[in-house]
Parts: sequence; structure tokens; C-alpha cells
Amino acid sequence: MKKCLLMLLLCLLPAFAYAGEAKDMAADPVLEKRMIGLAENLRCLVCQNESLASSHADLAEDLRREVREQMQKGLSDQEIIDYLVSRYGDFVLYDPPVKKSTLVLWYGPFALLLAGAGMLIYQLRKRKSQVPEAELSAEEAQRAASLLEETPASSNQSKDKQA
Amino acid sequence: MMRFILPFVVFLIMAAFMYVGLGLNPHEVPSPLVGKTAPAFTLPQLHEPAKQFSPQDMKGKVWLFNVWASWCTACENEHPVFLELSRQNLVPIYGMDYKDKREDGEAWLRKHGNPYALVVSDAEGRVGIDYGVYGVPETYVIDKQGVIQHKHIGAVTPKILDEKIIPLVKELQAK
Repeated sequence: MKKCLLMLLLCLLPAFAYAGEAKDMAADPVLEKRMIGLAENLRCLVCQNESLASSHADLAEDLRREVREQMQKGLSDQEIIDYLVSRYGDFVLYDPPVKKSTLVLWYGPFALLLAGAGMLIYQLRKRKSQVPEAELSAEEAQRAASLLEETPASSNQSKDKQA
Repeated sequence: MMRFILPFVVFLIMAAFMYVGLGLNPHEVPSPLVGKTAPAFTLPQLHEPAKQFSPQDMKGKVWLFNVWASWCTACENEHPVFLELSRQNLVPIYGMDYKDKREDGEAWLRKHGNPYALVVSDAEGRVGIDYGVYGVPETYVIDKQGVIQHKHIGAVTPKILDEKIIPLVKELQAK
């Protein structure tokens, strides 16, 4: 019985864990929403596949606090992004700017697509030129014509059988 | 013949990209701070909180700025490297105890030894954000003009110290 009770209590633990997360919510829900909106487009540097908004890393919490404080100071979203980029580099952005070092990132896929399409067209053209139109001799033409004449009748027959 | 060579060439190119790409460490984010003036701060010293330290005090000297914490296990690995370096008296090492309790930081230094000329305490991690710290330990080489010349992320090994940091420090000191 005691064990069961303990198990039940343990099941309640996640609820408390969630409560811990909620304490981040600032007194100002509008600002908090703006902060989360911005943080969703920023990458957490510790767990790199999580956004700053969803990460539980210590650093992410600190950065959220930093963003919140800068918003309270009246800085614009762009100014805050610029601040973070000047500290952590373009790496914090999920949407990196187009510049020399990111050209391949932005346009590489299109270049590959074009190259692939080019290859496909080239291959198709080559294949077309490799397969010549079949020329029929007079005899073959006659045979083909007679076969074509026959076909509708025979197919009708088979239909009758099926019916 | 072409039909074999072309796919093979494509394969080689992809293999080369993957070989290089898989060898990269995604946790090493290039710092935009290299080549820029070290961000200013004023922080209390770890051992004497009443006294403060600021990077401007170091103008005219080449120095190392090492960010560490008592909760950081990789810091224990690199610590002997700094202890050895401090014995050589080549370059002053300044430490920053990052997001740590004062007592914990002091206890850690008592246990492992103190290679630092001075340690500041960044209990809330604000200066850390200014320096773009995202994983401890991190080590900065700062020149006489106060410009960050190099940033090393992760534990400094004897190899990195001998091949990169010490040569750079000597070069900067000669300037």
C-alpha cells in the first residue's frame, strides 16, 4: 500500500517540474509573448537543435532574461538580434542573412537543382537521338495493317465471351 | 567509359564534403568577437569581493582570460595545463568564475590549485553573455590594446597550448 502511494506521488512529480518552468513568465504577459516570439527564431547555443524559446539550458534561460531586460529598456527586436549576433555570431539565427559566406547555403540547392535538370535534359535528348524511328518495309506495313483490321473484331469476340 | 567515371567523380566530391563535414565539431561556433575589443566589465574579485577588476586595468599587457566554474568537469581536465603555464611565468592568466557560488569557486581553487593572477566572479553570467560564452571552459587571448586575438572553446590541452596559444602570446608580446 505504501509503495502504491509512493508511486502515485512520484507520478505527480512531472507536474511540479512544469510549475518550475512557468516561473519564467514575467509579470508582463505582452512582453513575455514578444520575447518568446523573438526567441523562437533564435538558436540555443548549448543544445543546438532547440530554439532559445524552448530550451531548458541554463544559458538559454540567461539569454531569455537578457532579451527580456533589453525589451524593457525599449530596444527594438532588430537591435536585440544585432546584440546577440555581435556576441554569438550568425549561428544564433535560424534565418541566416545572405552574404558571401552563406551564398552556398542559400543558392547551393538551386544550383544543384539546375545542374540535375540540365543533366536530365541532356540525357533525354541523347537517348532520343540514339533510338531511330523504326522504318517499316512494305511487307511489314501490310502485315501491320491487316493485324490492325483484325483486332477490333477479335476483341469484340472476347468481350462477348466474357459477357 | 564516361558512364563509370562521372558517377565516380560525383561520389568522390560527395565523399570529400562528408569527410570534412563529419570531422567538424558543431559545438565550435566561430566567435565574432575575435579581432574586436574585449567587452568592458567591472566585476568583484572572487577572493576579495570588495575589490573589483576590469579588463581596462590590463592595457599594455598580453593576457589570458579563462572562463571556468566549479561545476564544470572539463575545467578539471584543463586545470593542470594552466597550473604548469603559470609556473613558467610566460603570461598572466586571469580567471572568471562563471555562474558559480563564491564558496564553491574558492573551494575548487583550494582543492585543485590556483594558477590565476586574479579571479573575478560572474555569479549571474551576465559578463559571460557579453563575451559570447556558451560552454565552459573558454579561453581568450587578449593583446596589449585590449583586442581579443583568439578564443578557444573547450578544455585547453598541452598540444593547443604549445602549438597555438604560446606562439600567439609570444608574437603579441613582441609587438
